[in-house]
Order: sequence, then structure tokens, then C-alpha cells
Amino acid sequence: MGEDDPNDALLTKRALAEAELPHDVVHAFDGVEVLDCLRQRNRFATRPPGHPSLVLLDLKMPRMDGIEVLRAIKSDPALRCVPVVIYTASIIPSDLRNAYEAGANGYVIKSADYTQFRKEFKLLGLYWATVNFSTGAC
Amino acid sequence: MTRELKWILLAEDDPNDAHLTKRALVDSKAPPEIVVARDGAEALDVLYHRGAFAKSESTRPCVVLLDLKMPKVNGLEVLRAIKGDPKLRTIPVVMLTSSRQERDLMESYDLGANAYVVKPVSFADFREALREVGSFWVVINELPPQTMVM
Repeated sequence: MGEDDPNDALLTKRALAEAELPHDVVHAFDGVEVLDCLRQRNRFATRPPGHPSLVLLDLKMPRMDGIEVLRAIKSDPALRCVPVVIYTASIIPSDLRNAYEAGANGYVIKSADYTQFRKEFKLLGLYWATVNFSTGAC
Repeated sequence: MTRELKWILLAEDDPNDAHLTKRALVDSKAPPEIVVARDGAEALDVLYHRGAFAKSESTRPCVVLLDLKMPKVNGLEVLRAIKGDPKLRTIPVVMLTSSRQERDLMESYDLGANAYVVKPVSFADFREALREVGSFWVVINELPPQTMVM
């Protein structure tokens, strides 16, 4: 999960816990950390092996924004099979278009209302964590 | 944001599976319209508004559910056609298949599949899985606005 806003991250983690998904959630604070995690580098060097079943990516992050991270993932043969869903408050059509053109598997607009956010988050998690099949290695 | 009427393209050659899938998908609060293509060639006809579908409205489905093994044009070839065409490639494609072979998974993602769902064997599990598929791909997932050039 790539999310730089600590409040959003906390709400997201709470919603995830409430959804009781059978997966661990790893939180990366910016785009560089997302790639570090995927490549098992720096603070993620000792994380369990294997690709995540989903990368949830905010668009606006410091150091490297969501679209740059997405492009880096989808242009890397070792990473491009990892599902990446953009999860953002942005409804700007060009953001949507750029995300899909860059290879996003999906794009979900973050609800401002916490009850709605919890519901959509649970649906998001349920689908990607329990229904979707991904490969452990590309 | 555009608010097009959402519909699903289901490419499935087995009529029983097609029927079960439709049943599972319409069992929701906002059931989408489902267009069924019985083989890969028909699926492409729907997407390109040609053949029997020449007079259909030029909107795109909010998701394509694609079986792998189909006659005439198989699922991977349809996937390749969709993701290789700039006019179609932003349409989400979810492989919906009984194959859990790693090779099929890898090839599908390699060709740009957005997701991959293995059809559960029991109808109850199948229905539940399709409900989640509908919840994500029809209700929550957002598509970019349709470009004017088709």
C-alpha cells in the first residue's frame, strides 16, 4: 500500500482490520518505498518472499508519484504481473486515463465519507485478496 | 465524470457456465446488463460493433469476462487483440476460467489481463466469487472517460 498521508494510512489500516482479510498489509510511505518493498530492498530486505497479491497506490506521493511508480512496476518484467490498483481521491479524467494507459489493473476513487470508505475498502480487499488469482513470480 | 450505463461482456462458450455466470451477476443491487459472446470471434464483433453487433450502441463494457478455452478465437487471442488496440486496451479484462495452471496465469497477465478468476467448482462458491467480481468491476472500479474517436 503506497500512501503518504498518515491519517489516510491509519484509516485504511483500520478499514482493512475491520474487513478481516487473510492477508498482511505492508505500508509504504512513498513511491520509492513501494519499489523498495517490491524489490526487497533497504527496509524491506527481510520481508517474506513472493509478490503481494495487490499494490494499492495513491497518486500524489512525495519523491515518486503514483503514475511514475506504476510505470516502473509495469515496465519491469520481474514486477509487471503484480496487480496494481490506483486508490485516490482524484476524479480528474486525465489521471484516470494516464493510470490505465500506464497499465493500472484498476482505479478506485476514495470515498470522503468513512462509512462508505470502509464498505468500498472491504469490497476491494475481498475481491483482490480472496477471489483474484495472481502469480507468485512474474 | 461520465455516467454511462454499465454493461458486461461475457465471453463464454459453455451455455451452462454462461447461464450460471449471468445468474450470479444479476443477483446484486444494481444488476448490469450482460452481453454474452459464445466464442472469441463473437466477443471481438461485440467490441468492434461489427457483424451481428454492427448496429449496437458504441459504448464499451465496464469489464470483459473472458473464458480461456473458446472455439474460433481463444481467450488469449481475444485478450491480445483488446490490449493491443489503443481504442480498446483500457477496457478491464478479467479472465474467468477453470484453469489454475501457472502457465495460463502468467501468460494472461503478460498479455495485460487486469485480473484472473478461477471458477469455483461449487455453485455456492461460484456465486459468491461472481458477486465479488461484480462488486469490484461493476460497482467500484472507475473507467477513464470514453474517448470520442472509435
